[in-house]
Amino acid sequence: MKRIKNAAELQALRQSLLAAQDPDRPVVRVCLGPGCLALGAEKVARAFKSAIRNKKIKAKVRPLIKETGCHGFCSQGTLVSLSPANLFYVRVKPDDVAEIVESSLVQGQTVERLLYSDNGTRYRSAAEIPFYRVQQKIILKNVGVIDPLDINDALRAGAYQSLAKTPAEMSPEEVLRTVEVSGLRGRGGGGFPTGFKWRRAVDNARENPGPVYLIANGEEGDPGAFMDRAIMEGDPHAVIEGMVIGAYALGANQGFLYVRHEYPIAIQHLSIALQQARALGFLGKNILGSGLDFDLQINRGAGAYVCGEETAIIASLEGRVGEPRTRPPFPAQEGLWGRPTIINNVETWANVPHIIDQGAAWYARLGVPHSTGTKIFSLVGKVKNTGLVEVPMGISLGRLVEEIGGGVPGQERFKAVQTGGPSGGIIPYELKEAFTDYHYHPPDLIPEKKEISVDFDSMAQTGSIMGGGGMIVMDDHDCVVDVARYFLNFLQEESCGKCLPCRLGLKGMLEFLDRFARGQGAPEDIVALESLGQALVDGSLCGLGRAAPNPVLTSIRYFKDEYLAHIVDHHCPAGVCRDLITYSIDPGVCSGCGLCAADCPEACISGKKKKAHVIDAAACIRCGACQAVCPVDAVHVA
Amino acid sequence: MQKTPKTIDSILAGYPPHPQNLISLLQDVQAEYNYISPEHLALICDHVGVPVTQAWAVATFYKSFSLEPRGEHEIKVCLGTTCHLKGANRLLEACERDLGVARGRTTEDLRFTLDTVKCVGACAEAPVVMVDRDYLGRASLGSLKKQLKRR
Repeated sequence: MKRIKNAAELQALRQSLLAAQDPDRPVVRVCLGPGCLALGAEKVARAFKSAIRNKKIKAKVRPLIKETGCHGFCSQGTLVSLSPANLFYVRVKPDDVAEIVESSLVQGQTVERLLYSDNGTRYRSAAEIPFYRVQQKIILKNVGVIDPLDINDALRAGAYQSLAKTPAEMSPEEVLRTVEVSGLRGRGGGGFPTGFKWRRAVDNARENPGPVYLIANGEEGDPGAFMDRAIMEGDPHAVIEGMVIGAYALGANQGFLYVRHEYPIAIQHLSIALQQARALGFLGKNILGSGLDFDLQINRGAGAYVCGEETAIIASLEGRVGEPRTRPPFPAQEGLWGRPTIINNVETWANVPHIIDQGAAWYARLGVPHSTGTKIFSLVGKVKNTGLVEVPMGISLGRLVEEIGGGVPGQERFKAVQTGGPSGGIIPYELKEAFTDYHYHPPDLIPEKKEISVDFDSMAQTGSIMGGGGMIVMDDHDCVVDVARYFLNFLQEESCGKCLPCRLGLKGMLEFLDRFARGQGAPEDIVALESLGQALVDGSLCGLGRAAPNPVLTSIRYFKDEYLAHIVDHHCPAGVCRDLITYSIDPGVCSGCGLCAADCPEACISGKKKKAHVIDAAACIRCGACQAVCPVDAVHVA
Repeated sequence: MQKTPKTIDSILAGYPPHPQNLISLLQDVQAEYNYISPEHLALICDHVGVPVTQAWAVATFYKSFSLEPRGEHEIKVCLGTTCHLKGANRLLEACERDLGVARGRTTEDLRFTLDTVKCVGACAEAPVVMVDRDYLGRASLGSLKKQLKRR
């Protein structure tokens, strides 16, 4: 690879790459995103490669097999898309590959049984499927389309075009101004205006000359969220390009990609992308002839949730224990090694090239005022279509869950949605009506139904936060007390222990919830719990502690009945809290197969073969093993 | 698949002697030896120039470091929110019963370490278990046992 010296050379390279591409050559894109990988997508990709290598297939052109990032529709994995035929196959198993190769690639036919079908309709291409139709893919445009390990493929798709535009056509001040005007807000959760942060760093660096550092925050610690993982794995060059543009605007020479160690594939893809970008001259000295020197290195997180907090990242990069410190001074004033440092989320950086490419005004028109652009969500939990979705800000929560997510299987509506991870809240379905006043819409976008708008400010009004983009849908079998307890437990383990409100307060709150889950406590305890939560909000040092009570406070706010059911009636309506439930076997349904008795760790299930079995409730530890193994669903929880 | 581990000297040689490289060095040693022995910890401290107390604080603060030997294979049951809702705790208990070790511990034959992870970002296929670097989606004790047999 030859180093590219200026924008003209980049255009020439891109044109030659595009010209070398045969538009009729069949391309098979196998999704190797997080979800599909867990379903064995690697085997599917391998099967395609060997099928094409081994067989003398009669196709005129040898098809190209691309291993891509996340296609988004995780619940239907493994996903395979074929172009130019524009076919989209779901639930592909390695055994299906031979048929796809023979029918679709050689004979040009469709394998009907592998198409996505819903309510009797079969969909040939992804764009027609309701799950994709409502989405607006901007940041995810190339994720699932390009081969993330091949920079040429990224270049064909338009990578580094915005970078080429910056030094040639825009001054650093213009880039900064563009980001400010676009209204871009931090995608990591807080929603702090990115341009404002950048401006502060530039001002500080001017007053106090010296290096400026950039950090991409890829410590995606919120459970139930994998947006950043998908970007880093599927389109690593977008993050790199965003950071180089940022370096140009901010005058930085060194940047860091701080990535969770639980994401080994993201680390691998980013490091390959860095090497390729360096070889082509998008990183290093005198980038594209602009005089800008900038390079990036990857730092692996070491497993600490609190390291998603910006001052904790800095501590970690400096080789110390990841404890946050008080702000101000903000990192944009005094960050890494005491120098102005800009820390943006991975998704935020990936937004930057698009803003530069299409302009601030275009970006500001996306979404709603004050929350511009699109946002990627990981829609998971008890929803039919789970996966990764990108929607304009301000979409209604109901539309997101019901139209894109396809609703809750077997239930009329979802019970609640948990947003923002451990720092977010639990928002009920009912709130749709109550929160109309907070809804923020441009006049031409007024929805028919009055629902919660998914944007930074509306989410904050509900007591939750937008957060990184995790959306966990809960149904009637999920207990809010249990989920609140789960998050408290998570946070008290992850609290760094530096400040007292968070260190002790979380333990205290957890004690309350542990008792509630056992059916103990008094209604007054709910008030005491709320006030303890408020103390954490007011008194904690960093965002972890200040936001930690959110799941508890919102669940009390919207689901007080459920708390009272535990405390007063000693009953868990969802049938989750272990001390409050009993397992029983329905004698009318039980086939007497004996699987449950064989699996019961306490050996407390008895019964003759082919006769209904019985659980000894006194000895039962409520582990649920019998329910998991029962082939006829005869085990009930009450 | 036995490979000779990189010597500690070659790991140390990969980083300039500066305190900022403490975590990276600990990570490399952890990856190579599956744990950080007291000797290695001392060598790292000498190399980057930090007191052992600080390295100890770092090594015990972050979850990815272990100061005790770990098993040959690592089983990580994901306890992310979605996995929690889909019964990850029960799965974890079942694993504990089956392997005969508590979470965070290693089997006596040093074959397996049973651990938990806070979310591996494969929520759509919950509950998820990671065995070394492989993801097992929609996991059950049965499917996990099948995976383990192959190792």
